[in-house]
Amino acid sequence: MLAKRIIPCLDVDAGRVVKGVKFIDIRDAGDPVEVARRYNEEGADEITFLDITASSDNRETIVHVVEDVASEVFIPLTVGGGIRTTEDIRRMLNAGADKVAINTAAVFNPEFVREATERFGSQCIVVAIDAKQVSGEGEPLKWEIFTHGGRRPTGLDAVDWARRMVEYGAGEILLTSMDRDGTKIGFDLALTRAISEAVTVPVIASGGVGTLQHLVDGVAEGKADAVLAASIFHFAEYSIGEAKRYMADRGVEVRL
Amino acid sequence: MSQTIAVIDYGMGNLRSVSKAVEQVADTDDNVLVTDDPRLILSADRVVFPGQGAARDCMDAISEHHLNRAVLDAAHSKPFLGICMGLQVLMETSEENGGTGLLGLIPGKVRRFPADMEIESQRLKIPQMGWNRVQQTRPHPLWEGIPDGSRFYFVHSYYIDPREGDLVAGTTDYGIPFTSVIARDNLFAAQFHPEKSAAAGLRLLRNFINWN
Repeated sequence: MLAKRIIPCLDVDAGRVVKGVKFIDIRDAGDPVEVARRYNEEGADEITFLDITASSDNRETIVHVVEDVASEVFIPLTVGGGIRTTEDIRRMLNAGADKVAINTAAVFNPEFVREATERFGSQCIVVAIDAKQVSGEGEPLKWEIFTHGGRRPTGLDAVDWARRMVEYGAGEILLTSMDRDGTKIGFDLALTRAISEAVTVPVIASGGVGTLQHLVDGVAEGKADAVLAASIFHFAEYSIGEAKRYMADRGVEVRL
Repeated sequence: MSQTIAVIDYGMGNLRSVSKAVEQVADTDDNVLVTDDPRLILSADRVVFPGQGAARDCMDAISEHHLNRAVLDAAHSKPFLGICMGLQVLMETSEENGGTGLLGLIPGKVRRFPADMEIESQRLKIPQMGWNRVQQTRPHPLWEGIPDGSRFYFVHSYYIDPREGDLVAGTTDYGIPFTSVIARDNLFAAQFHPEKSAAAGLRLLRNFINWN
């Protein structure tokens, strides 16, 4: 059977890995190639790069990062952050990315997703969704799409939005709970399950991983097809190999 | 001895990954060419035929690049590796895009995964995206050193259904069992992406480079 995927995510700023990767025996923890190579050796199923470069002068650096990584790491690579035009997508794919994640640009211009999937194929277009719970206590659960790092509400219902993005051709959904992101208390499982059951395409759960059990929960209870995490792997709290063995011991099908 | 490996470029898909992976496993004096020139494809020692996207777009692109003849000739005459759509378009017809005529080299059809497949009451997503096992249904030089049941990276919504069972060299299970690899004489074609399948994929590419 198809394995559930474990995807480490690297934040890249002006060509350097930030948010401190702390492998003990790595020469340059800021070098995306070196970090990606390490994750590949540990058995990562894919790697996601999130370009957080603010200055437009340095935008081009992510292209070189992708080129360098794709020349020696032979697993799927996804790039997100600042993807706004079909030209951005073309450059990333030509550099060696397998998929691009579209986030804010999809909210402001949903037709961009349709255009992108028609031009490049659904298989390489991931729509990234940042959602926050907006229902109060005792109310039926409801989540809304937020932009600008979770600060700006859009009025869009997260489940409806995910369905619409799949209608527009999205090949995969990268779902981040803005309530859980950075908290280390686990995925928003109700949100993950609601979205995963609402769409026909794979869903990657993101936001909140602090323990290996959280990864298992994301798959078993959240029905996610893949789990994405950053800090638990970066700080070498757990290796990807450890995470996979933990999941396998609890009945999750993984690639060992 | 140095050799030339042509990666056929008809504008469909990520050829950089394919060519980089082939370069990684090729000998240093081998020449890896990404090309849409039929003459270079026909003069190459080996040919890799990748592809991504919709069936009709792929067929249109093959025609626009005047590659039908070169692909078929290469598939008959030299070590030839089809990848993903480079496998599917070798069949006769596809259900994709309301029915699409393909190159017709291999008898059989390309079908869509059923929409309502379930495993343990969980709906299976389409596309199949990720690492799945390939059962080696018979020995083949390209399987050398790769344990039976190894996982490879797949991304697809359609699968091939060849009419002749003796062409099957690998099968995979995704709700239903399907043919993930075919092999005949000098031709080997896989639904998965060896160029994205880490060590197992690189080994398969290395085996292809050495295959005679």
